[in-house]
Amino acid sequence: MVDIFQYEFMRNAVAAALLASLACGIIGTYVVVRRIGFISGGIAHAAFGGIGIGYYLGVNPLLGLIPFSLFSALGIGLLSKKTKVAEDTAIGAFWAAGMAVGILFIGLSPGYAPDLFSYLFGSILTVPRSDLFIIAGLDLCIFLVVFAFYKEFLAISFDEEYAEVSGVRTTLLYLLQLCLIALTVVVLVRVVGIVMVVALLTIPPAIARNFSRNLFVMMLLSCFLCALFTLAGLWLSYVFDISSGAVIILVSAGVFLAVLAARRVSTMLLVRYNQSR
Amino acid sequence: MRSPVVTVKELSVILGGTKILDGLSLNVQEGEFLGIVGPNGGGKTTLLRVILGLQKPTSGIVTVFGHDPVVSRRRIGYVSQRLDFDRDFPVTVEETVLMGRLSSRGLFRRYGTQDRELAEHALETVGMKGLRTHQVGELSGGELQRLLIARALISEPELLLLDEPTASIDPEMKTTIYDLLDTLTQSMTIILVTHDTGTISRNVSRIACLNCKITVQETEEITSESLSRAYRYPVDILKHRGHE
Repeated sequence: MVDIFQYEFMRNAVAAALLASLACGIIGTYVVVRRIGFISGGIAHAAFGGIGIGYYLGVNPLLGLIPFSLFSALGIGLLSKKTKVAEDTAIGAFWAAGMAVGILFIGLSPGYAPDLFSYLFGSILTVPRSDLFIIAGLDLCIFLVVFAFYKEFLAISFDEEYAEVSGVRTTLLYLLQLCLIALTVVVLVRVVGIVMVVALLTIPPAIARNFSRNLFVMMLLSCFLCALFTLAGLWLSYVFDISSGAVIILVSAGVFLAVLAARRVSTMLLVRYNQSR
Repeated sequence: MRSPVVTVKELSVILGGTKILDGLSLNVQEGEFLGIVGPNGGGKTTLLRVILGLQKPTSGIVTVFGHDPVVSRRRIGYVSQRLDFDRDFPVTVEETVLMGRLSSRGLFRRYGTQDRELAEHALETVGMKGLRTHQVGELSGGELQRLLIARALISEPELLLLDEPTASIDPEMKTTIYDLLDTLTQSMTIILVTHDTGTISRNVSRIACLNCKITVQETEEITSESLSRAYRYPVDILKHRGHE
């Protein structure tokens, strides 16, 4: 077990998993309590355009991803809040258009895009050291914003109307939350890939919610679960030599179902116990 | 000389092609306790939303403390009717009450000891001190409504708007809440909306009957004529406590 850490790629992978879990647990909590998982999926897929542009310009695709995912987040948010376009329509349009931009620019790029697959489906075992710095920087940024706006974010998530009456700029903060989701997508792309980001954003917080009295506890628990799932997936993919992104998601989904089933059974047993008394 | 708190002139609101409010005029003076009754769908909640600046008027002028409602928001406390928010939301009773301090605590500032003391006091006022650390989802409908009242109180408003605050509260607690509102009238102006005419008449100083158009009872005594104009079916006449 210890000997696998002698490889640099393994140390990088563990670092990436832990760093990604921080952003994932904090922002995923907002995604779950505000029920904006579909928006997050839209932002993630639309962000593929940024990867295509990154390839075309010959820069690190993560650097193309950051502005493009922010642009998609603001686009979806403004289109659904400020116009009469239905939210799911705005999401669907950005989702497909962003992917189309990505495919177009990858086609225009000279040569073959060798690690394209790793952006789509994740490849935590090949995270370069330079990406770790980008991920850590985004983590810090996300953490500071959430720290500054914690009580406002809580208020708009729980009761948006009351927050607005209290003088909170709800639309502005909603757009800020979408931007944080966009940055979290960038953080998670290396771990599970664009296609599966939304599962890692929603499953750990959805489990954590069952055991959390307030948002802060839910965030802590989500971060812990996210780290557990990514490390477990990483280990399984190393041992069995299978796709890391897929394994991480399947481990998460498996635990999610198990927790739901266990809760169901425990409720039934409790009812039966009370009836028999 | 008492100054006007809410001034509504010729207010009309049309939502989705339906006329919700039609040419409504209303003045509320400082220290007044106005009850607004009327059938469901009569525009009561819409009127409150206009006063809060959440709903733009189609035509007409609304001022609160002499300014646009949005400007005066920080001086308004609001108890919403909506009890249908996510019951599983991970938030405690204390955290919910503290949201009432949002307008006094600016950005980047955490809630302090003073805010927590106010929250504890407000929870005690509505008889919920022991539930401070409970999750909101564990509360009954009545407790939830009292929680929303406590939240509005700790913002120390000059104008308090209540939308059906006693809809799911048991009779005993209703009395407590109306007694509480009675004490509050000394320090703030109150507008209370309800479709339950039985509860309202005891404490209010004036009643308005609202069904698209408004009929205000300036004589401080409700008559069957004004009620039936609003309801369009026979309604029992109720007398105020204090004026009998």
